[in-house]
Amino acid sequence: MRAGANLVSFVTIGVLVGCGVTLLLERSLSRVLLGVILIGNGVNLLIVFGGRSGAAPVVGASDEAAMSDALPQAMVLTAIVITFGFTAFLLAISYRSWYLSGDDEVPDDVEDREIVRRAAQREMSVADLAGEPPTADPQQVDAPAPPREEGPG
Amino acid sequence: MSTLVPLPVVLPLLGAALTLLLAGRPQTQRTVSVGCLSISLTVAVVLLVQAYRQGPLVVQIGGWPAPVGIVLVADQLAALMLVVSSAVTLCVLLYSIGQGQAETGERSPVAIFHPTYLVLTAGVCNAFLAGDLFNLFVGFEMLLAASFVLITLNGTALRIRTGSTYVVVNVLASMIFLISVGLVYAATGTLNLAQLTARLDALPDGVRLSLQLMLLVAFGIKAAVFPLSAWLPDSYPTAPAPVTAVFAGLLTKVGVYAIIRTQTLLFPGQQAGELLMVAAGLTMLVGILGAVAQSDIKRLLSFTLVSHIGYMIFGVGLSTVAGLVGAIFYVVHHITIQTTLFLISGLVEQRAGSTDLRRLGGLSRLAPMVGVLFFVSAMNLAGIPPFSGFLGKLGLLQAGVAAGGPLPWTLVAVGTVTSLLTLYVASRVWNIAFWRSPCETVAPTAPLPALMVGATVALVALGVALTFVAGPLFEFTGRAAEDLIERTPYVRAVLPGGAS
Repeated sequence: MRAGANLVSFVTIGVLVGCGVTLLLERSLSRVLLGVILIGNGVNLLIVFGGRSGAAPVVGASDEAAMSDALPQAMVLTAIVITFGFTAFLLAISYRSWYLSGDDEVPDDVEDREIVRRAAQREMSVADLAGEPPTADPQQVDAPAPPREEGPG
Repeated sequence: MSTLVPLPVVLPLLGAALTLLLAGRPQTQRTVSVGCLSISLTVAVVLLVQAYRQGPLVVQIGGWPAPVGIVLVADQLAALMLVVSSAVTLCVLLYSIGQGQAETGERSPVAIFHPTYLVLTAGVCNAFLAGDLFNLFVGFEMLLAASFVLITLNGTALRIRTGSTYVVVNVLASMIFLISVGLVYAATGTLNLAQLTARLDALPDGVRLSLQLMLLVAFGIKAAVFPLSAWLPDSYPTAPAPVTAVFAGLLTKVGVYAIIRTQTLLFPGQQAGELLMVAAGLTMLVGILGAVAQSDIKRLLSFTLVSHIGYMIFGVGLSTVAGLVGAIFYVVHHITIQTTLFLISGLVEQRAGSTDLRRLGGLSRLAPMVGVLFFVSAMNLAGIPPFSGFLGKLGLLQAGVAAGGPLPWTLVAVGTVTSLLTLYVASRVWNIAFWRSPCETVAPTAPLPALMVGATVALVALGVALTFVAGPLFEFTGRAAEDLIERTPYVRAVLPGGAS
């Protein structure tokens, strides 16, 4: 009865998800996108194999005891649509990122690097001196807000 | 009466379709969205009263009976969440209308804000009402898809950068959730929460524990529990103020709600309690220490948001009635107060042109009203008596003391330290941005729109009102928590014949 769920199918799921995770760890959004597609397909296969396999679940077309489980198939349709929507959105932002900055790499968090730099130099993050205007503190005048980085590099 | 249950999901979805059609008419769009959310709020209040009086309200969508079809369940916890979230989304909508954020910008081709915002609301409500795991997943995806659009609104370089982190992390979390859903179905043959209570108990311990941990990881990413929280402070602050506010208030709490629901209903007992408590303690400490180092109000608030998620997880980890009571009360308090603080940071940005502490100063003279609002909300967050923040923390700490043992006592200490550090962070913002002499760089801007201030005042008032209704609210959350621990009221309402 469970002919659908055999070793080959689980190895396939594993390879799909594994490759997807590897791609997900990349910096480039288009590779991340490919990773999401692969993981999505692997997971959808997993859901289909989660139910009983068998004949088409149409009343009258096959014996009721031999029918496959229709519920995971219904769920996987929804999951496919959702993965499709996310894929489309990721495509849109990777295109937008390429349009704005020339490539689609996800850059580092600017503020975090700034805090690390200041911690290394033992600077205070802000002058915690109430009642004193920022101009009265020379360190404050020398340290204006870092310009927000518009893209990588 | 139970026919009202689907309305908080259906109404905003219909409203979203309608506002999308009305893209060219901002005025009508605004009326439709405000109307939808107001009706949702009314329905939610009615549901709350009904759930309190009669027990859980159940709707079988399309007439399909429970284990096979989709059920929506409004028990006391879900109804309470619905009321708070509807009130908060309505206030934020009014605020964003006041800010002009909601209108058709010259750069955005369609007025996308209103439809997306309504879909987000529908997704949040769907997640609260979901009676099976897959519908919970769909609710999550609805609010995620909408939040993707909102966080990258206008597609500026900065928002695309932070938005891509947000999108990738959350898509990964959804995949993990989906894998868990698939595995739960493969192991038990059902996804209906009520039926799962019986079927999961029959599973071997190892299988059940791995399913529990998979779900916890998925919800932990969404709720921003340390060590799965690093994405949040990086991505929230760059979005427009109302968007950040509603994300901070609701999206993480949907994750917390999912944790509460699955831990109590599906996996009762202590199995993951210690793990949750350790994670809770680290979340509190790491979050608040991050906030201490920040110099931008919005980023600072994002770190306090992460930190205070720890309190709720602490309550869940105790797995006692008192712990759950504290956690649920804290969720209600924190949704209100965190949203309010982000709205106030939006007011500061509007008034002074920046939320960077290095550029702010003298706001108490420039905008005394904003100063009062910030002061009240910040003290509320830090847990100064008599505000609800104090009562929520007190409830949780008492539950920790009552539980006894080394781990709960450590958590009580960590919770107290976190509360004090929150007070330090709040007073730092107050001292620098509001109290010291004005900077020369602060350019005087136009007065704040009345609607923005009005919506913020309404939320601050709601936060303060929680203090006054704290007695009845604690009694209510007490009953909700007892029902959660007992499990039978939920199961009996969904499956009158009993779970098998």
